[in-house]
Amino acid sequence: MVTKNRSIISGIDWWTIIMFLVIAIFGWMNIYGSSYNYDQTSIWDFSNRAGKQLVWLITAIVMGGVILMIEEKAYDVLAYVLYGGMMVLLIITPLVARDIKGSYSWINIGPISLQPAEFAKCFTALAIAKYMSQYGYQIKTIKDLIVPLLLIGLPIGIIMFAQRETGSALVFLSFLLVFYRKGMSGYILSWGMASILLFIIVIRFGDIVLPWGIGNWGSLASAISINLIVFGLMLLREKDFWNALIIIGATILCYGIALLINIWITVDFNLVGIISLSISTLYLIVLAIIQRKKSIGWIATFVIISTVLCQGCDYAFHNILQPHQRIRIEVLLGMKDDPHGAGYNVNQSLIAIGSGQATGKGFLQGTQTKLKFVPEQDTDFIFCTVGEEWGFVGSAGLLLLYLALILRIIYIAERQRDTFSRIYAYSVASILLFHVTINIGMVLGLLPVIGIPLPFFSYGGSSLWGFTILLAIMLRLDAARVNKMQG
Amino acid sequence: MINDPLYRRKYIIGGIAVVVVLVYIIRLFSLQIIDQSTQQKAETNAQLRQIIYPSRGLIYDRNGELLVANQPIYEVTMIVREMKAQAFDTLGFCNALHIDTVEFKERMKNMTNPRKNRGYSRHTPQIFIQNLSQEEVAQLQEEQYKYPGIDIRIRTLRDYTYPIASHILGSVGEVNYNDIDRDNYYAIGDYSGRDGIEKMYEKSLRGEKGVEVLMRDSRGRIQGAYRKGELDRSAKAGEDLKLTIDRATQQVAEQLLQNKIGSIVAIEPQTGEILAMVSAPYWDPRKLVGKNRSANYKELLNDPNKPLMNRATQAQYSPGSTFKILQALVALQEGSVTPNTKYPCKGRSSSPIKCTHNHGSPVDLEEGIEQSCNPYFWALFRDMLQRDGYQDGNVLFKEHYSTWREIISSFGLGQRFEHTDIQEQAKGYLPTTEFYNNIYGETGWKAVTIRSLSIGQGEILTTPLQLANQAAAIANKGYYIAPHLNKNDSMKSEKHICLVDSSHFDVVHRGMARVMTEGTGKWYNIPEWQICGKTGTVENPHGEDHALFIGFAPMDNPKIAVAVAVENAGFGATWACPIATLVMEQYLSGEIKRNWLYKRMLEANLIDKKNDGDKE
Repeated sequence: MVTKNRSIISGIDWWTIIMFLVIAIFGWMNIYGSSYNYDQTSIWDFSNRAGKQLVWLITAIVMGGVILMIEEKAYDVLAYVLYGGMMVLLIITPLVARDIKGSYSWINIGPISLQPAEFAKCFTALAIAKYMSQYGYQIKTIKDLIVPLLLIGLPIGIIMFAQRETGSALVFLSFLLVFYRKGMSGYILSWGMASILLFIIVIRFGDIVLPWGIGNWGSLASAISINLIVFGLMLLREKDFWNALIIIGATILCYGIALLINIWITVDFNLVGIISLSISTLYLIVLAIIQRKKSIGWIATFVIISTVLCQGCDYAFHNILQPHQRIRIEVLLGMKDDPHGAGYNVNQSLIAIGSGQATGKGFLQGTQTKLKFVPEQDTDFIFCTVGEEWGFVGSAGLLLLYLALILRIIYIAERQRDTFSRIYAYSVASILLFHVTINIGMVLGLLPVIGIPLPFFSYGGSSLWGFTILLAIMLRLDAARVNKMQG
Repeated sequence: MINDPLYRRKYIIGGIAVVVVLVYIIRLFSLQIIDQSTQQKAETNAQLRQIIYPSRGLIYDRNGELLVANQPIYEVTMIVREMKAQAFDTLGFCNALHIDTVEFKERMKNMTNPRKNRGYSRHTPQIFIQNLSQEEVAQLQEEQYKYPGIDIRIRTLRDYTYPIASHILGSVGEVNYNDIDRDNYYAIGDYSGRDGIEKMYEKSLRGEKGVEVLMRDSRGRIQGAYRKGELDRSAKAGEDLKLTIDRATQQVAEQLLQNKIGSIVAIEPQTGEILAMVSAPYWDPRKLVGKNRSANYKELLNDPNKPLMNRATQAQYSPGSTFKILQALVALQEGSVTPNTKYPCKGRSSSPIKCTHNHGSPVDLEEGIEQSCNPYFWALFRDMLQRDGYQDGNVLFKEHYSTWREIISSFGLGQRFEHTDIQEQAKGYLPTTEFYNNIYGETGWKAVTIRSLSIGQGEILTTPLQLANQAAAIANKGYYIAPHLNKNDSMKSEKHICLVDSSHFDVVHRGMARVMTEGTGKWYNIPEWQICGKTGTVENPHGEDHALFIGFAPMDNPKIAVAVAVENAGFGATWACPIATLVMEQYLSGEIKRNWLYKRMLEANLIDKKNDGDKE
């Protein structure tokens, strides 16, 4: 036992642990900064948020230590059991949870309240790793993805509809990256990303009327985006320069004529978008038949599906949905989120970050966050405090630190000889990447307001424990790699 | 696993992470390094600049008696964002302020309309209601904690010890957008001197606003001093002002002009200090303070008797017979007459100007003044101008006329006073040679053409202020200091020397004294101080003659020079002269002993006389 423990310590990836600690401690300082009142005194006062976070952090480290002690086989063996138990807990949660800001995701255990959804990521990762590491498993067809998709679909469904925590539910989409690494077609990934992007564009800018002609920015931007994606695919994927040029040329011609006609007759640019896309599609279909290339057929299919989705989405959003349902989506996209008027929250967060300038106002010197102009400033919007008090140097540094951590985890994943460990490590990297992307993108006003925490950084025990467990299991599996090599 | 055909995909996944971080860093760079506006926005968010208003300088009379003080007044401000953030108890708020909801809605509408309230913002305090007394805000003050975003601010308004000197003091009113654009010291709701002394000395009276920069959180709650108060500045109270006015004299002078239209100006000759300056009709300065200001102002503006005009400095009359004093002085200076030169008077049959008084003939200078003999002054004027004949193109005549005009204007006539703090002044008029050349042609006018000037009628125009100053210059025997209102020495440096040698004044003084002992003013002399004076009756095409008087007393050591003009009163001797002597009496002895005269003047109502005349 003793010898084994020593080998675990020597097998631990200390780089990851150092980065984890730096991020967590920096986060703790910023929680102190953002929850700081002018009459508050000590960072060690355990009744305030920073003090509590310190307790969470210490317990998280202890928990991590315990996880490192456990036999690594246990995770493999217990993966499904843990996953199943977690799903049961997720279903029970909304039944016992109280309504907190419209969501039913918290359960109270004694003095502490926890959010099971934060732990579900870890156990889902284990289950997926277990399923995908069965002997001979490969993603060849859509069928091979059914079970993994169910494994992530189940928590998404429960969290989104029963617990009403959209943000936490969407995190499970990050497993698509893992599937991609395991062999899922790149098209599905691109389509997935492209359709999310298009959906956001269509809804987000759908209300902004064009300054000329008839139509709105949402439809126009989405139609042009589809055109550009086709151009990109023809150029990079098919390496068919001339046809790519013809397609983009036809598109430009189409819009050019429309603009010209618009001088005399008002043109519906929504229609122009559909016409230009139809022309591209017809051309692509003809090409696919002549050149007998299935891949071009796929591109044509992409255009048709995306166009129908965008138009349908726009139509459904404005005509089929009830007003209250529409508002719910608008809130999700940060269009109607605040009581102070359009864009107040994001605007205040941008002011906070911008006013930090190059080197920041200094620790505890930020006014935007101290005076609570920024919402949720020690949880989802904590990055504002970093921006305001530590400036460009601090915030860009933190981003680079996250990048280093994610790249390190990918490196760790790639060095695993064992499929289970590798898929699990990839899951960790994907989840972290998703959280960082969504959280900071929201704070920077680039993505809709979806409330998910910044890993190891935001205030909150569930999130800190959840991420620590996630990381610790990976470190345990990685440490075992050394053991296996040795014997 | 090592031969995994998909291993390149790790670059794609890593690449996505790199691209995301790169995009975010670019975004951070543009927000934090390129865009400089957010710094300012963050400060605006966090700072609440609380203005501390200075108290306005007090105004005293020449003896240190308080004329103008300050009284506190309250205003209620609102920060709409904070009000709307929670359920605002409109009804309770209205009850506390004793207004109804209709007025509340109306006021809210006006306050939130950027066209009516240019600086409107829902994040800063906006004035909801102003000019409330302590009693009116008392209830709201108690319940203020119930209404988020509501604040009660204290300001000061003017308070007047005596209801006098409205034209001199002017008034204080709310600034308009022009003032704000011109001087960025002011903000909406601030007060500034609108006219008179309040406007003239605005910069020193207003003091300097202070500011307290507080930190407020997103809900507007005060979190203490911003940067430990290093941006704070305390308010500096306005400087007090001591006027040259004698309160008691001013008050008596005003009473004397009640129910009359006209003006009185009294000056201390040696210093040019204005002892009293009245324009009637006047108003109680308390009327133009606080919430009734605009209504009362409108009323004054629409009054047919034009009370807002300061007649003492802006009304222009021909000087009439009061001008004869200057005529005599110019002729003596030019040497065209001596004190012993006599001219005959044929009484009513005199030509070209008849005499209005009965007296012997011929008369010398003293008697000419005493009897205000028109033929005497016509002859004096004529001989002064044509003593050397006319010559080719009337050159010599015009030269003498120019000299005459120059000497007259050295007494301050035909021009506005400089080095003074009286802003609203009319220029008066002294016709130039060019003026007559234009009318009559280069050679078309002679002494007889402009004969009206000899008795102060015709084209010449003067203001009561100029007349009083002229009396002071005569009293000083040949110099004056521009009349002014500030008691300090800033305006006494410039001594204006008249172009008449001081030796010529004694005979004129004697003539003026004889006016008061034997002439038109003999009923009103006060032997104790021997008044020197000259009455005037000015023809007025619109109705009864205007009564004028200029004079000074005591004769040996003049302490006060007075000019009085009473419109449509008839003879100068009947009205203007007694009023002037009463003012002198009040100033010289501190009280009025001639109560019978005082009473008669107080009771006289000459406004109705004028209005009746208008009807006919």
